[in-house]
Amino acid sequence: MALRNPDRELDVAGGRLVREVLSELSIDPDTVLVIRDGELITRHERVDDADRLEVRPVISGGAR
Amino acid sequence: MKCKRCGGSAVVEVRRHNAAFCKECFPVVVRNQVRRAIDEYEMFERTDRILVAVSGGKDSLALWDVLLEEGYRADGLYLGLGIGEYSDRSHERTRAFAGDRGATLRTVDLDKTYGYDIPLAGRKGARSSCAVCGLSKRYIFNKEAHDGGYDVIATGHNLDDEAATLLGNTLRWNVEYIARQAPVLPAEPGFVRKVKPLHRLSELETAAYAFLRGIDYVVEECPLVAGNTQLRYKEAMNAIESRSPGTKAQFFLGYLDRGMPIFHTAEDRVLLVACANCGQPTTTTFCAFCRARAQILGERLVPAERAETPEELARQLADEVLPEELYGVGAEAT
Repeated sequence: MALRNPDRELDVAGGRLVREVLSELSIDPDTVLVIRDGELITRHERVDDADRLEVRPVISGGAR
Repeated sequence: MKCKRCGGSAVVEVRRHNAAFCKECFPVVVRNQVRRAIDEYEMFERTDRILVAVSGGKDSLALWDVLLEEGYRADGLYLGLGIGEYSDRSHERTRAFAGDRGATLRTVDLDKTYGYDIPLAGRKGARSSCAVCGLSKRYIFNKEAHDGGYDVIATGHNLDDEAATLLGNTLRWNVEYIARQAPVLPAEPGFVRKVKPLHRLSELETAAYAFLRGIDYVVEECPLVAGNTQLRYKEAMNAIESRSPGTKAQFFLGYLDRGMPIFHTAEDRVLLVACANCGQPTTTTFCAFCRARAQILGERLVPAERAETPEELARQLADEVLPEELYGVGAEAT
């Protein structure tokens, strides 16, 4: 799994739902895009051990 | 999950609407929300020239994309902030976006045009980096739009931005700031109209739209933004939203429907005059931008040669840049 901002790599167990993976990492599903094989997936999708996920935060701060 | 519109396989869930959408339908939903915002607040007409403030991030590029797709006359304005590789990447992504779509991108380099960049402002100014950045953007976007003959400035503020700002101002009861928070700031002499067409969309929605549209936006956050108060308010709102989906929208959109008319009565009409240094409209002798720039560059702003009245002279003296401002002892600088 690739986590962005800051960029880092993590190995987590598959065989469960995206929301369960995010919960283990204390990530609010409404604050990230989860991308698998170039496609967005919802937190209700099942992921396997072999899947590679990108978890991309959507929160931005600062001045506009 | 199934797409609410077509029954296909959903890729985006919008919990506050208890709905999910497929990759084909979701961009349509986003465009409908933007169209609704534009129509509801009469933001601009088809014939208007729109200047979109673009940073290279998801919101501003998503906004530009929607407006171009909808057939509006929308040019982009990129402001080079001088924040190292982050700014380089942001400019490159913005140029690529414009190039792919044959759109017009205007660029202003803060250092080349105004003699400072944001890292220098953070070190030398009496304000925080974010405060000077916001002040510089508001000033330069308005100046470029005004000088370029644009009818309106469009910014990528989303629902999360607006809810966090409203929360911050409410916690402090900044009544005047609350009264000015609106999807449209009307034009005034010297000020071009400002609009926020994404105010009905959450950050998750603008990010998902940008991804699904293949927009190569800058994912990384500004390196100077860590720990700023806006982010703390967003985290607080998200903590509530995760347990009670829809709270954020009820808070901000409810304010627009029911709170804004009340707070608008608290808004004082202020007398605008031309800044004695740059000529842009201001309520004081020198505008906030010129005062901040003078602080950063260690320059002294000189009041106009003659004051017409004692009150005018007093105001000019009160607006002089004081030594403590020059050397950044203000609380925000620490």
